[in-house]
Amino acid sequence: MVTNITNFGRSGLSDWLIQRISAIILALYTLFIVVYLLLNPGLDYATWSGLFAQTWMRIFSLLAFVSMAAHAWIGLWTVTTDYLKHTGIRLAVQTTIILAIFVFLVWGIQVLWGA
Amino acid sequence: MSVLQVSVYRYNPETDSAPYMQEFQIDTHGRDLMVLNVLELIKEQDSSMAYRRSCREGVCGSDGMNMNGKNGLACITPLSEVVKSNKLVLRPLPGLPVVRDLVVDMGIFYKQYERIQPYLQNDEPAPAIERLQSPEDRDKLDGLYECILCACCSTSCPSFWWNPDKFVGPAGLLQAYRFLADSRDTATRERLSDLEDPFSVFRCRGIMNCVAVCPKGLNPTRAIGKIREMLLANAT
Ligand code: SF4
Ligand code: SF4
Ligand code: FES
Repeated sequence: MVTNITNFGRSGLSDWLIQRISAIILALYTLFIVVYLLLNPGLDYATWSGLFAQTWMRIFSLLAFVSMAAHAWIGLWTVTTDYLKHTGIRLAVQTTIILAIFVFLVWGIQVLWGA
Repeated sequence: MSVLQVSVYRYNPETDSAPYMQEFQIDTHGRDLMVLNVLELIKEQDSSMAYRRSCREGVCGSDGMNMNGKNGLACITPLSEVVKSNKLVLRPLPGLPVVRDLVVDMGIFYKQYERIQPYLQNDEPAPAIERLQSPEDRDKLDGLYECILCACCSTSCPSFWWNPDKFVGPAGLLQAYRFLADSRDTATRERLSDLEDPFSVFRCRGIMNCVAVCPKGLNPTRAIGKIREMLLANAT
């Protein structure tokens, strides 16, 4: 057993599972947005904000944002532990990544529920 | 044209400040020699050349090396399989510390092997005769027990290069699964809980370098997939 305290789910198994489930959610969300844009060529502001005013779309979007946050953290954490051998640099980069993800997540929620 | 151009990695830490490549011209008399035969001809030209070998028939696993960019056993690799435009480049297995020339320090590789506890564990009282196994259960060990620990796979795995102290590596994981799959072993849960961290198994990225080089034709990636399945079944 190799000990870790900075990975997402404290266990390799849960990280692995979350990475796969979040990938599926992100793929579905992307597919949905692309198909929606293709079906609505002359998209205007009212239709677009009407879509995001609906509860199911907000839930779907929030799910995608949370998936994105988890997916990015697990993936980038792996990259930093592969390539950054200096503990100080690795910890600094990991902290920066987690802060950036947090900012994007809160910002995303604000956009969804904002005016 | 039977003179082969061979370029060999040389390093003697006692006399050399840095490793270098040495060129040899080897007359093969047009024969399709094994790479190990070429090394023997090189040793006739320069007796200071160091490499490991023993069985010369792909059984002992001691002459794993990097031949024209691909890991394999020198004794069972014919020139016709690796030589391109009459050139052969020989290097030690990548990622392990070099002791001298083509001889590497396998310490960390064995340490990962030791970590998976490569021996049968059974807490039930021993029967009067040996512990029996059905032919079907015995079949589950095929493709696992044949590993000769040559390290060709683990030293071609980028995940092992970056984290050889934490990632068990394909060779160790193939053996981990060999004992997980054994019907006579009762330590399955303990074995699994030793492997569920983000490094030991999950650092495998599934790129299958290990499968591509195994001289015994084994498939560590498949075994790693089976371990993942067992971990998942155990924890969900
Ligand atoms: S799995 Fe194959 S390449 Fe890896 S150590 Fe065993 S025999 Fe060698
Ligand atoms: S499949 Fe996994 S163990 Fe095999 S070479 Fe790739 S990362 Fe390494
Ligand atoms: S010398 Fe034994 S495997 Fe090559």
